[in-house]
Amino acid sequence: MTEISKTLAETCDRLFSNLINNDVLRETELAVWPDPIWQQIEENGLTFAMVNENHGGSGIKWIDCFQIIYWSGYYSVPVPLVETMVSSWFLSQHNQAPPKGVITFFCDGKPLDLIESNNSYKISGIIERIPWGASADYVLAEAYNSNKQVYVLLDAKKSKIVKDKNISGESRDSMTFDKASPLTVIDISDAFRSNSLLVYAALARSVQMSGGISAILDNCISYSREREQFGQPIAKFQAIQHQLAILAAEAAAAKIASQIACRAADLIDVSSGLEFEVATAKIRAGESAGLAASIGHQVHGAIGFTDEYSLHYITRRLWSWRSEYGSESYWARRIGKEVIAGGADNLWADITARL
Amino acid sequence: MQAFNLDLCDLPPGVDVLREEVRSFLFETLGSYSKPNRARSWSAFDADFSGRLGDRGWLGMTWPEPYGSSRSALERYIVIEELLAFGAPVAAHWIGERQSGPLLLRFGSDKQQEKLLPGIASGKSFFCIGMSEPNSGSDLASINTHAKRDNDGWVVNGQKIWTTYAQKCHYMIALVRTSGSVKDRHDGLSQLIINLRDPGITISPIRNMIGDKEFNEVKFDNVFVSDSMLVGEEGNGWQQVIAELAFERSGPDRFLSAYRLMVELIRMFHKTEDKHAEVAIGRLTAHLVTLRQMSLAVAAVLETGEQPTIEATVIKDLGVAFEQLIPEIAHDLINVAPNILHGSDYEKSLAYIQQACVSFSLRGGTTEILRSVIARGLGLR
Repeated sequence: MTEISKTLAETCDRLFSNLINNDVLRETELAVWPDPIWQQIEENGLTFAMVNENHGGSGIKWIDCFQIIYWSGYYSVPVPLVETMVSSWFLSQHNQAPPKGVITFFCDGKPLDLIESNNSYKISGIIERIPWGASADYVLAEAYNSNKQVYVLLDAKKSKIVKDKNISGESRDSMTFDKASPLTVIDISDAFRSNSLLVYAALARSVQMSGGISAILDNCISYSREREQFGQPIAKFQAIQHQLAILAAEAAAAKIASQIACRAADLIDVSSGLEFEVATAKIRAGESAGLAASIGHQVHGAIGFTDEYSLHYITRRLWSWRSEYGSESYWARRIGKEVIAGGADNLWADITARL
Repeated sequence: MQAFNLDLCDLPPGVDVLREEVRSFLFETLGSYSKPNRARSWSAFDADFSGRLGDRGWLGMTWPEPYGSSRSALERYIVIEELLAFGAPVAAHWIGERQSGPLLLRFGSDKQQEKLLPGIASGKSFFCIGMSEPNSGSDLASINTHAKRDNDGWVVNGQKIWTTYAQKCHYMIALVRTSGSVKDRHDGLSQLIINLRDPGITISPIRNMIGDKEFNEVKFDNVFVSDSMLVGEEGNGWQQVIAELAFERSGPDRFLSAYRLMVELIRMFHKTEDKHAEVAIGRLTAHLVTLRQMSLAVAAVLETGEQPTIEATVIKDLGVAFEQLIPEIAHDLINVAPNILHGSDYEKSLAYIQQACVSFSLRGGTTEILRSVIARGLGLR
């Protein structure tokens, strides 16, 4: 692990564990925007961690920022830190100075319409399931300008909001724009193929999931040592031990798979096939997430099914994140097609050439 | 808390050259080796092929000179993953090169190293492991085979079982009781190198359910083993065995055993568009890529001299699950029966892997034992 990774891991572990607790998670589910938490995260420079230095950021690589995203998943950080990080980085990569504030994104549905008239652009359309759309200052969204894909940065406050949430109570709002003026229009450079933002969004969710899975593992280990049945801690039962061994193996796999994709994101871009590594991460972390949530609840018994106990904050997030920005089957099909087309005898050479 | 310590490993520069050398060598020496034979993976025994690998300097390559060429663990990794991905018949030298050699380098005497390592590195001297016994499978510490002091050596009596290719190997490194009784468990065990041509040894192959004669029963009737063949310290056998198992559990052999069936499965969908196949094959690929990076990460830790016992165990557990998933996916996708005699390449590969794969979660420690080892690593035991 690099020094910068270690520092980020320690910083985020400490910061998030101080900021986040059950009360915070409960309140944010009721659509209360936790402004003090956001302020602290922004003041610590996390939102601008990946932004290029010439845009006022820290220019930290994906493989190191893995730590920020991983720990935000671990602690179920209930603000769009990850969305803002990725959007800001994406803008910065396209030579646009990202604004301060909450930036969310849209990349997984019917793009908005960008209409050019009298040398000015107007955006119209509805976008759905936008993370924290109602609390965001800006949204980075896919749009079409006469069959050409572009990205636009919009003032979120200029939209009509209908509040919604995913099953973990994270804000997922719909936003309607009616002839809004985009703040920025980005033509897709050669380096970024169409729906490139989706690839990075999927990467971010994979890393968050790997953090969440580790959180379940740690929860289960401490709970099974405390909870006594038949006169001893349930951790002493082989049936429990083996469940936790499976969970630990899955946690390790999800983490490595996400790191593979982060490393790749530093080396190649979407036009060079980054989706292969990201798909690997999303598939592997998604599968692990499902198993981890099941094992987590099984080990915790009835208490884990209560609203009062904290386990569900992370398991419900895992189920949501698993399907956001491409389910396992979506990504598996994308790379499975490539593998079949590449030919059975070339798979090994392809894999070893990539990584 | 972070349960495991695995960091992504970047392969050293220059390994691509080595990889290409191995690929050309395989193409030249095994170009016509059939696809169903390749499916036998590291269970196929070919002494001649092992000798050729030895000639190329690809056995024991991490060992210090004069026995090896002091190459890195990651370079060795490249060589063995290429052999396995191709489906080369590597069983003859596999155990000796993977674990007996490293064990002797770590615990063996200078004399033992001089006598035995050149044979392993040249692919001419083959080793097997004498651990399991009829009444000691997962409970290895309960073994009964014992060695009694006799002048300048030991007299061994007892019986080993499931000893892979004992009938074709030259030496066995056997775990035996040298003092105390079964009640003493881990204490009083030692490792002896036994020349399988010595008098008093009876080796009887046991036909497995596929019809192959790979594993054996090995009986010892007053077999004399000289003191010079005791590995490491008398009574330290258990610790040595544990160290040896770390070499055994994290390599690419732990997730590539069924790879050739995956290749044949993908071939079946050549120039087709099948949504289910695309999803299933994409999923298998994600598992494969992840396992390989986990296994490489452990290889990198091994290189530093640390013993990532728990991490290695995790890889075997996940790796075996992946290997066993491949025939399941095959049945999900293709309406074809396995056929070992007159089938297509795919049918023959499926026939072998379908049957062999049940042994993958038994050899080298059952899944249940592995999970108990992981649980101990998590602090639950």
